[in-house]
Amino acid sequence: MEGAPLSNAAGEPAAKAGRPFRHWSSLRWVAGAVILVGWFVYYPIVDNFIVSTTDEDIFTGETTNIGLANYERLLHDPVVWVALWNNTLYALISIIFQVGGAFVLAALIEGLGSERQRRFWRAIYFIPSAISITVTGLLFYFIYQPDIGLLNAGLRRIGLEQLIQPWLGSEHTAIYAIIAMSQWQGFGYSTLLFAIAIQKIPRDLYDAAVMDGAGPLRRLWSVTLPLTREMTGLMIIVTITGAFQVFNEVMVMTAGGPNNRSQVLGTWLYQQGFIQNNFGYGAAIAAVIFAVTMITGAAQLWYTRRRRVEL
Amino acid sequence: MTVMAASGRTARPTFGSALAKAFLYSFLICLGIVVLYPLVWMALNGFKDNGQIFGDPFALPSRWTWGNYVQAWNRGVRDYLVSSLLVTVASAICTVLISAWTAYGLTRTPMPGKPLVVGLVLGGLMLSPTVALIPLVRMLQAIGLYNTYWALIILYTAFRIPFSTFLIRAYMLGLPKDLDEAARIDGASEGQIFWRITLPLCQPIIISCIILHVLFAWNEYLFAMVFTNGSAVQTLPVGLTSLMSKNGTNYGVVFAAMTISALPIVLLFFAAQRYFIRGLSEGIGK
Repeated sequence: MEGAPLSNAAGEPAAKAGRPFRHWSSLRWVAGAVILVGWFVYYPIVDNFIVSTTDEDIFTGETTNIGLANYERLLHDPVVWVALWNNTLYALISIIFQVGGAFVLAALIEGLGSERQRRFWRAIYFIPSAISITVTGLLFYFIYQPDIGLLNAGLRRIGLEQLIQPWLGSEHTAIYAIIAMSQWQGFGYSTLLFAIAIQKIPRDLYDAAVMDGAGPLRRLWSVTLPLTREMTGLMIIVTITGAFQVFNEVMVMTAGGPNNRSQVLGTWLYQQGFIQNNFGYGAAIAAVIFAVTMITGAAQLWYTRRRRVEL
Repeated sequence: MTVMAASGRTARPTFGSALAKAFLYSFLICLGIVVLYPLVWMALNGFKDNGQIFGDPFALPSRWTWGNYVQAWNRGVRDYLVSSLLVTVASAICTVLISAWTAYGLTRTPMPGKPLVVGLVLGGLMLSPTVALIPLVRMLQAIGLYNTYWALIILYTAFRIPFSTFLIRAYMLGLPKDLDEAARIDGASEGQIFWRITLPLCQPIIISCIILHVLFAWNEYLFAMVFTNGSAVQTLPVGLTSLMSKNGTNYGVVFAAMTISALPIVLLFFAAQRYFIRGLSEGIGK
């Protein structure tokens, strides 16, 4: 390929007429990625819509096209609404702790005197995020156990016996217990991201604010917050997307129970598609997840584009 | 970086600022305990027998024996660990090579339909594995990859190519092109330029990509659960849950197994923190 045209500064190679075969041959660089992503990421999504309009007889293996019947069934399935509400709860609570809380925590940590201390706290809080959700899910499964669990024992020790619960066994607390675990695991990750964003703020802005007599809270509100707005916006979108794809922790801790009260869309899809063998209906649930993630994904694109124009 | 505690350094140390500092540190320490204590409890329970586990959960183990850890290791954790290592390493290599390859093509070569390819590959970032699950099961069954390492290696690679390509492409766009051009004038082929010049220059972001991929692949649960069902190919996250259902009554062994599977990744994070943070800030910051 020694005769390939030189590239210009913008990374777009200067096109040269007369040697088109060289252009086409450079497709070999991207062929692997295009084939793999096309085959295993895009095609299944398209196929999912096709599957969602069918009904498969698990005994004969015959599939019949039933149009939008699976989608109609979604509307009348009470568990879908429970799941949607649980996903929404997940998103709301995660925004409070993993966006709001993490922002404040990152600002506190970045305000510490020495870089060694800042690095230490960031790393400590991050540890749970490095561990697999299966491990942390199982760990909290034990922590919430009524007999051997840490939580009830702790409540008993500090004299709050009236709060003792079978946390994962109760219809009212199961989803909250799972979400709480997820906050424990995830806040360190977003704290780290906010810390990175805060580090990019020029120091002199804070010096100027101090000279103007702004106290710590005032600086947080008038310097740190506006200058990390992009990160905050992105984090909210990413958090919502994540909340509608939740699967692991629910699967490990309750598998959606008791009485389907802690189902989320992901686990209900699994239950329908793989336990009940309703592939078509499972695919229709997947389509709901797809729709939500497309909306948040579009929001994210719009947000980053807009930001780029501003800069 | 004086955001909150600055009062302690820039202004005179007053009683108020000392108090604020005391509050700040107590808060950070309490939160640290909330984060770390469950993990310590998990490791400690690995040393306990059932009698102790059902006793006071805050008590230290009465004997420090490795019995549960050895049992967990022999009863499956070793096999799961081997599977996890194999799948993680193989998919990390495939992902990073294919992504670097793609990024090179997208930033350094004349290619027709480049915006289309960029859109296609990076657009994959928005698609979630959950949505693809049911069609993928049928597809992998049809091509005979169901319940093999290949299923996981291929899927982890395909689903992580968009993110890795995104990171490496951004990095390559920022690299100067003088070296490639000099090499090209000296008669080097595109392949030589990629392997000898561009790839070595990208080393920092490549390491970050590997770390982020390892973190993902080591911990992935959904695909591993759906696409494998024999203990021969199960990775750690799935193996743990089946260990739990097999040894559900012997809690100490389960805690030991959990600790063993969490440890490598925590150690990796501490060893490679710098690269990890670079990957994250490049990924989110752009």
